[in-house]
Amino acid sequence: MKGSVKNAAPNRSRSRARFNLRGRVLMVACALGLCSISLVGRAAYVQLVNSDFYQREGNERFVRDIEIPTSRGMITDRNGEPVAVSSPVESIWCDPKELLKTPDRLPELARALGEPLELLTSRISQRAEKEFYYLKRRINPDEARKILAHGVPGVYSKREFRRFYPQGEAMAHVLGFTNIDDRGQEGVELAFDEWLRGSPGEKKVIRDRRGRIVENVDLVHQAQPGKDLVLSIDRRIQFLAYRELRNALVSNNASSGSAVVLDVATGEVLAMVNLPTFNPNAASLGKPDAHRNRAIIDMIEPGSTIKPITAAAALTAGVVTPGTQFNTAPGWMPNGRYRTTDTHNYGVLDVTGIIRKSSNVGAAKLAALVPDQQYYEFLRKFGYGSKTGSGFPGEAAGQFPPPSRWSGTTKQTMSYGYGLSATPLQIAHAYATIGNGGRAIAPTFIKGQRNESTEVLSPAIASQVLHMMQTVTEPGGTATQAAILGYHVAGKTGTARKASAGGYSREYRAFFAGLVPVENPRFSMVVVIDNPQAGSIYGGIVSAPVFRNVMEGSLRLMDVPPDDIETWIAAQEKNEAKRPLAARLPTAIAEPATAVDVRAALPAPLPGNVQ
Amino acid sequence: MSRFLLAVLILACVGSAIGVVHARHRHRLLFVELSRLEKARDELNIEFGRLQLEQATVAESNRIDQVARLRLGMKFPEAGDVVVIRP
Repeated sequence: MKGSVKNAAPNRSRSRARFNLRGRVLMVACALGLCSISLVGRAAYVQLVNSDFYQREGNERFVRDIEIPTSRGMITDRNGEPVAVSSPVESIWCDPKELLKTPDRLPELARALGEPLELLTSRISQRAEKEFYYLKRRINPDEARKILAHGVPGVYSKREFRRFYPQGEAMAHVLGFTNIDDRGQEGVELAFDEWLRGSPGEKKVIRDRRGRIVENVDLVHQAQPGKDLVLSIDRRIQFLAYRELRNALVSNNASSGSAVVLDVATGEVLAMVNLPTFNPNAASLGKPDAHRNRAIIDMIEPGSTIKPITAAAALTAGVVTPGTQFNTAPGWMPNGRYRTTDTHNYGVLDVTGIIRKSSNVGAAKLAALVPDQQYYEFLRKFGYGSKTGSGFPGEAAGQFPPPSRWSGTTKQTMSYGYGLSATPLQIAHAYATIGNGGRAIAPTFIKGQRNESTEVLSPAIASQVLHMMQTVTEPGGTATQAAILGYHVAGKTGTARKASAGGYSREYRAFFAGLVPVENPRFSMVVVIDNPQAGSIYGGIVSAPVFRNVMEGSLRLMDVPPDDIETWIAAQEKNEAKRPLAARLPTAIAEPATAVDVRAALPAPLPGNVQ
Repeated sequence: MSRFLLAVLILACVGSAIGVVHARHRHRLLFVELSRLEKARDELNIEFGRLQLEQATVAESNRIDQVARLRLGMKFPEAGDVVVIRP
């Protein structure tokens, strides 16, 4: 083109006659034609050849993928009562840049937030260059609505979910808690995080310059809300156990404690309580020490609670019968450099008597008759030294060394519960196995989940051991305080000295483990109270009442028929003889009069939301 | 003949083009409707959760225990208070 202009210039100066119109028109037409061809070519390139790239670039300017938030699944107890619920809360945030454009509205905002004006002003002006700042986090949606109703420009709210635990401290250890991102950190919340969490959805939207959504374009994938989880825990038994354990800790001035209740037939954990505990709803969760689920994580020497297992081992080995007699006089026997001692000299005891009186010497003599390897394998089958399979995060396996690592006195020491360690859940599981006719079922926290059962003890021997343990709660046993009127109770006390650096300290642990009712047992329960300092240290006095109170309530709650109705009727007749006739008559007539008062005394319906 | 065929094809092309626009429009409308209903569903679910939470808080065992004992003067029947009826 430039060349033609150069050529044309001399032409013009020479002569008008040599003016070639045709050539010029052709040249311009060619030039214009080339221009349009290049334009069309470019358009075709943009529209057809490289269209994807431009489409994508265009979309990036206004189409956005945004997340659809979803809530975490609810956790309920076995009766469908919610024990962990995600509830929406609002967080008030502001755009300081926009907010500071209208500073005259700040006093109004400060009043709505319930905050001194000076504080708010300084907080916002410090962040004047920012575009996002939380004013108030995680508040009741109604409150948030009130604040937004003032319509202060630059103030917005954002929905978040917060986890609430209506049962508070009583179930804190089983449930665990979540962090601020709604991820499980402990307990069931952690173990079933995947199940509970759900996955946020995604959708395509068109946004304008100010970030407002103009149009929903497409759903990329749907939000999957977290699934609900039904626990095997019974809220009522859990609370009962919590209350009784707390009372026992206070009255015995003890430092910590645990209680576990198992359903014997299914292996379901009906209650699991630990103290000290923490409030999972509180902003700060307190000392980490209180977060530990002692019933599953702490390994403790089981003390005398292992004696029924020792007896079962001896019976299974066929070396004794329940009536075989042992001479425990003079109440002690050598154990290496130390002694195995009883609290009294019980003289001659049969196997039942060893359990009833909790004789260490007797247990040692029983174990001596069982070969090492056989004793070891028997206890392993009962779950000592291996995790129960409950799936709870951080579960301990306990310590139970194999015979190759035993010294001369190890088996004797183990026979009455020292030199090995187990968690309270393992003890409850071992007792449930006896109660279940010798069939071991791994404990579970999920309602209806039934693990495989394996026979580890013959039903006949399980029944024999059960009846031996029944004598413990009858007159002459070590735990008459565990007896429940109307039911036969099988149990075993334990009082173990706590191991400390280089030996055993002067601190004790009081145990009670038991099964009710003896005819067709339903519940297996273990109570461990650590370091009772208010006088008594014995399992039969410190822990057995907790067992009795919790089991009495549980039997009633779960409608377990009494298996010892005769004693109950006998006790009733004895009582009635002492009481005047009038007191014995049912007082149904008096009821309508009191019914009105009862209604008046009921609490008024709760005002507004409980948040 | 071929002219007729051409006319039919052109008509079909225009028709399907309008059909695409219509389907696209309906898709948008239905998507808006879907989003609205999902939002309503979520709101209801959340409300349900809140009510359950409220109920659970009111029915908290410790609270029931306290109200029953202190305000209503209730107590647990002792073994002596229970009358066993022989079947």
